[in-house]
Amino acid sequence: MAAQASFIGQKNKKEQVYTDPWHMMNEAARTPSFFTGSEVIKEAVRRASCDIMVAYPITPQSEAAALCGELFAEGYIGDYFRGESEFAVMSQCAGAAFGGARVFTTTAGPGTMRAMENFPMWAGARLPIQMIVTCRGINSPLSIQPDTLEISYLMQTGMLVWHAETAQDFYDWILKGYMVSEEPDVHLPLALCCDGFFVTHTKDMVDLTPVDMCLPPYDPYRSPVPCMDMECPPVRMMRDPFVMKSNYISYATHASWQQEVWAAVERSRKHTIRWMDGLIDTENTDADIIVVASGTAVSQSREAIAILEEEGIKVGLVKVKTLRPWPGEEIREATKHANHIIVPEFNVTGWLAREVSATIPNNNRVHAGPHVCGGMTMPPEIIAAEIKTVLGVKAPSLAGRGG
Amino acid sequence: MSKERIKIAEELFDIMPAEYQDLVKRATYGNEQRGWKDIGNAKELIEEHSLCAGCPESMAFRYILASLPNPEDTVMVGSTGCTSLVFPHVAVHNIHSLFGNQNAVASGLKRALTVRFPDRHKDVVVLAGDGATVDIGLDMTLQAWFRQEKFTTICFDNELYANTGGQESGLMQKGFVAKMAPVGKTFEKVRLPEIARESGCHYVVNCTVSKPNLIEKVIKNAVHIAREIGPTYLQLYTPCILEIGKNSMEGLQEMRDSEKPTERFAYKEYVSEPAKELLAELAAKEKERKAEAKRQLASQTVTV
Ligand SMILES: Cc1ncc(C[n+]2csc(CCOP(=O)(O)OP(=O)(O)O)c2C)c(N)n1
Ligand code: SF4
Repeated sequence: MAAQASFIGQKNKKEQVYTDPWHMMNEAARTPSFFTGSEVIKEAVRRASCDIMVAYPITPQSEAAALCGELFAEGYIGDYFRGESEFAVMSQCAGAAFGGARVFTTTAGPGTMRAMENFPMWAGARLPIQMIVTCRGINSPLSIQPDTLEISYLMQTGMLVWHAETAQDFYDWILKGYMVSEEPDVHLPLALCCDGFFVTHTKDMVDLTPVDMCLPPYDPYRSPVPCMDMECPPVRMMRDPFVMKSNYISYATHASWQQEVWAAVERSRKHTIRWMDGLIDTENTDADIIVVASGTAVSQSREAIAILEEEGIKVGLVKVKTLRPWPGEEIREATKHANHIIVPEFNVTGWLAREVSATIPNNNRVHAGPHVCGGMTMPPEIIAAEIKTVLGVKAPSLAGRGG
Repeated sequence: MSKERIKIAEELFDIMPAEYQDLVKRATYGNEQRGWKDIGNAKELIEEHSLCAGCPESMAFRYILASLPNPEDTVMVGSTGCTSLVFPHVAVHNIHSLFGNQNAVASGLKRALTVRFPDRHKDVVVLAGDGATVDIGLDMTLQAWFRQEKFTTICFDNELYANTGGQESGLMQKGFVAKMAPVGKTFEKVRLPEIARESGCHYVVNCTVSKPNLIEKVIKNAVHIAREIGPTYLQLYTPCILEIGKNSMEGLQEMRDSEKPTERFAYKEYVSEPAKELLAELAAKEKERKAEAKRQLASQTVTV
């Protein structure tokens, strides 16, 4: 933190004061503001001291990317441009991060998939790029609706993956995200996901930190791998290309490096817990039935829980905030009394239920669903009905309503 | 960067690798006059390589690295292919990320270095095979030029995908029978030098690497023009002797044969108007420097 600390108290060219991030995020006065999720991204980036933002349009993130362009025009970002495709954008982000810049980008759905080759490269090269993913459908036929299937792929790349429920989460986590991902013992990219439209295109009250405070700049020399700017002695990176010399050395090098990347994901745990106040949030975990959800499925679950409560059925809630690092221990603890664990998701495959099942004992308790996909909303009644079905309580069929 | 930064603690000097000791003792960092003739005296930027014996890419690498005007502040971007076997031995910072994305990586890199070091020149040089430049990476190659990104792109044109065993590439000659071109390639060699000019490059050269003097000149021109004006492009014939069935001593002759006036690597050069002005300015400065050196030499002679 030494180099960062030396900036604290100084002003940037926009007269913002580089502020101790802990003070800025946890102690400074907040102003309630009524914003869409996209506008909130702009407000967070305004305070993030970003060097480079690369943009490419895809619904539902286009507006956020355009608003960041306005920030550049106003002088809050070092450089900003539109790349030629998501594959190129993520490569441009990589180049900028290799060169020691704090980098920000946004994408969604098909864009995430087109860029996919870059993400394990980012993680392997230890580039702490922050990418907002405003999830949308990736399947054919074409869909622009919210659907979180892409998160399932991102989780295996070695990136940190967080899943925001609300615009407030988004605002705080963009700024906190840099604090976690830039730690020397972490130094990994972050995919900060949300359910497109539900978060990006709805307005909400969000408490913003003061506009004249911003994060201290990124210090690339705290990276565990050399910054590519020729400011440190240029050693020959390897005296023998191991790929050619010995397959065994090549296997060993790659195997140990992949393990190191995942070890860095683990090391991010302590920083993430500190900044995010835990990897999960819980309510009423002494209940017999517990809903485990991430993203806006959490909001829908809260509504469902309120409906059931009126009928005398008590249901607890686990909000999963980060998927990488995976809060296995926390979920095990929070669900230990439950006989039924319900996992509603905005995708057809049920990646969250799979992860939960894989990490808790007696996983026949896990009920994967309800699932909605292709952009359908998830009425709380569906979750409530599913819970009743699991309990063996008769519920009127929703499909029959109004028939 | 400066030579001062690569000093080794004296106690550790003798246990450092020989190349590193050489780097410290004989580095040509900070010497603007460095060129290919230094290769025999100093080996600071490249020593070994894992290319096939006699592969012209190895010569090309040496000439290019010896000719960089400012290696102490140059970052190179490579791509997957035979060249990626050499980069691990190269003593300037270099990035290998994926196959074909080199010009996109270089765009981000150059912009980051410009934001971080607004008062200094940090040169970025891309060096990749023809598959990476013209096939899988073509959109990123062109778009970097359209956007006028200030770096040099060098394509090692060996007219096929060498690293994967000789598949068809866009720069392959029409009619050449290759793996994945089983009845002969059906379309003409892509005219990338012309496309480069039309896409906004300020300096474009198409040639072989048979003449080190020439390579030194075009590298220096390309880097200086990219630094001050905009994108530059060099297409260098580095034949894949393995895939065209030549032996290790025949690479040089293959290049000489293909640079004859009617052949596809006859020397071709395009210089934009602003680039011409810059080159004239640089030539005038060089003339003045030489005259000054001569004057100083004369005055020293008098004192003696
Ligand atoms: C996305 C992707 N597709 C395919 C490959 C396999 N691949 C590795 S090198 C190469 C060909 C390289 O050809 P070129 O760029 O001409 O360089 P050369 O080996 O001829 O120097 C290919 C197809 C890869 N690494 N990545
Ligand atoms: S395969 Fe061809 S291009 Fe590659 S190193 Fe061998 S001779 Fe050179």
